[in-house]
Amino acid sequence: MESIGVLIVCPMNTYLEQELEKRFNLFKFWNFPDKTQFLNTHKNSIRAVVGNATAGADAELIEALPKLEIVASFSVGLDKVDLGKCKEKGIRVTNTPDVLTEDVADLAIGLSLAVLRRLCESDRYVRSGKWKKGDYKLTTKFTGKTVGIIGLGRIGMAIAKRAEAFSCPISYYSRTEKADLKYKYYPSVVELASNCHILIVACPLTEETRHIINREVIDALGPKGVLINIGRGPHVDEPELVSALVEGRLGGAGLDVFEHEPYVPEELFGLENVVLTPHVGSGTVETRKEMADLVLGNLEAHFLNKPLITPVV
Amino acid sequence: MEIGEDLPPKDLPEVLVIKPPPPMILFGDEFIAKKFKILKAWESPLPLDQFLTNYAHSVQAVLCSGASPISPQVLNLLPSLRLVVTASAGINHIDLPECRRRGIAVANSGNVLSEDGADAAVSLLIDVFRRISAADGYVKQGLWASRGDYPLASKLGGKRVGIVGLGNIGLQVAKRLEAFGCNILYNSRKKKPVSYPFFSDVCELAANSDALILCCGFTDQTRHMINREVLLALGKEGVIVNVGRGAIIDEKEMVQCLVQGEIAGAGLDVFENEPNIPKEFFTMDNVVLSPHAAVFTSESFLDLCELVVGNLEAFFSNKPLLSPVTDE
Repeated sequence: MESIGVLIVCPMNTYLEQELEKRFNLFKFWNFPDKTQFLNTHKNSIRAVVGNATAGADAELIEALPKLEIVASFSVGLDKVDLGKCKEKGIRVTNTPDVLTEDVADLAIGLSLAVLRRLCESDRYVRSGKWKKGDYKLTTKFTGKTVGIIGLGRIGMAIAKRAEAFSCPISYYSRTEKADLKYKYYPSVVELASNCHILIVACPLTEETRHIINREVIDALGPKGVLINIGRGPHVDEPELVSALVEGRLGGAGLDVFEHEPYVPEELFGLENVVLTPHVGSGTVETRKEMADLVLGNLEAHFLNKPLITPVV
Repeated sequence: MEIGEDLPPKDLPEVLVIKPPPPMILFGDEFIAKKFKILKAWESPLPLDQFLTNYAHSVQAVLCSGASPISPQVLNLLPSLRLVVTASAGINHIDLPECRRRGIAVANSGNVLSEDGADAAVSLLIDVFRRISAADGYVKQGLWASRGDYPLASKLGGKRVGIVGLGNIGLQVAKRLEAFGCNILYNSRKKKPVSYPFFSDVCELAANSDALILCCGFTDQTRHMINREVLLALGKEGVIVNVGRGAIIDEKEMVQCLVQGEIAGAGLDVFENEPNIPKEFFTMDNVVLSPHAAVFTSESFLDLCELVVGNLEAFFSNKPLLSPVTDE
């Protein structure tokens, strides 16, 4: 398979890149300053694209690669892949579901705890050497708080299971109500936000869910409410979120994703009720290796004419 | 008529407070002063033993916390004492055998602080494994844009978590971590009716765990129970979380182990000599520190005030205490 051209669109994982290099003729997109020339030169040898949450295969790239057969994403989210275009051209698309579900759910709860209990702020306080005896501060209890989840797919369900262990009543919003669930369904995000203390975004990013967290939802969540985003940055109207937090109209936020990563609004840096992580939802050694193996497995299966492991298209 | 209702202040039952416990520092004494006459030793210019000799002769109840230990010396000056109420889960500041000997009942916070304690332990564990506080600092210093992606962390699911002390807090920790796919093991003074594997020796527990969470009380038996041997058994990938008392761990040894890479990280809410902590911690990004705040939430403190008053009311109306400390 060493003659098969595979284009990896951005740096994502050293192990994955090394393994791709061993098996295929790997092109690292970021090594070519003149992208147009690169594509013109190599368009007929590239049969696969490997993307991730940062960059994937948009219509322009797909059109520039006439021999493209498969897009394998090193992520579960496919908002950076033009799925319609792929379907149209018969290009296969795979992602990395299941292997990262637990890590992302763990982070959602970890962020919730860190925000409510001011863990990061406390850590900074102790490190400053300013801790004096009798210096007490009360934070907010996590156990028993109502948790509202947007999107009850694999990750949403895993978050619910964890929150239940803390006796948190669970409610959710989804495109359709799920049968046989003991969780309370709300037919709109605003209603969900009005009725929960911690609102967690866990749905895919699509045209419909862009800015699903808008001013109205933020107002409904309110000055005691907390927003946790482990989905995609564009789920949230970021300027609205920032002003709500700065003005105290929202109680707090735990954010792993942002509209223009790696740029994060600096107004958030000094807020002790805000915890920010650099898109590390699946960022563990164990999970990234499993994700890489899944990408490799899907590519191998495709080029050996075997059934794909985790196809979406 | 209920105790304390409509009685003028001088007829309210007396409760001695040597130093105000945290709820009193944060909320004032209103929650308790309506029903009891508070004898405030700390407000007097007299040295404590003089104060107690002069004013506490007929005091039957004392409200305390870690800041005001109930030692034999103190007990000697309280000949009428029948009840010690502590506004805490920990009771290491109370001479329990001496109280037993004198027929003095002891009440603590029962279960009202257990959920918070468990939440704090779990939050420290997740933070250490997933580097949440360190990553938050990375972003807030603008380093994501300038230095690039943050190093990979460690998955929580599938980790073997050894809980030291399976009382109220330990059990709540276990219940939470099971939902994250952790495998629970434990060590306790006695075996419990649970399905988790039991280890009678803490060193063996450490050898079979990826993380240790200390939820036990501080006693002569548990002082420096986590020593170099236990830490080495925990191993280079191992993490330790402490929401018990600082001195359960040999702190000097733990610092050495962290410096030498003999363990991978630590989440600590308590220290041997609070508020002084080893300065080596200040530059470690694999350590998460909190200022003995595991149970300091608004909700729990309101519950705690209610419980303290409830125990005192029960005592003065000859009813069973709400949260007596048993010998278990």
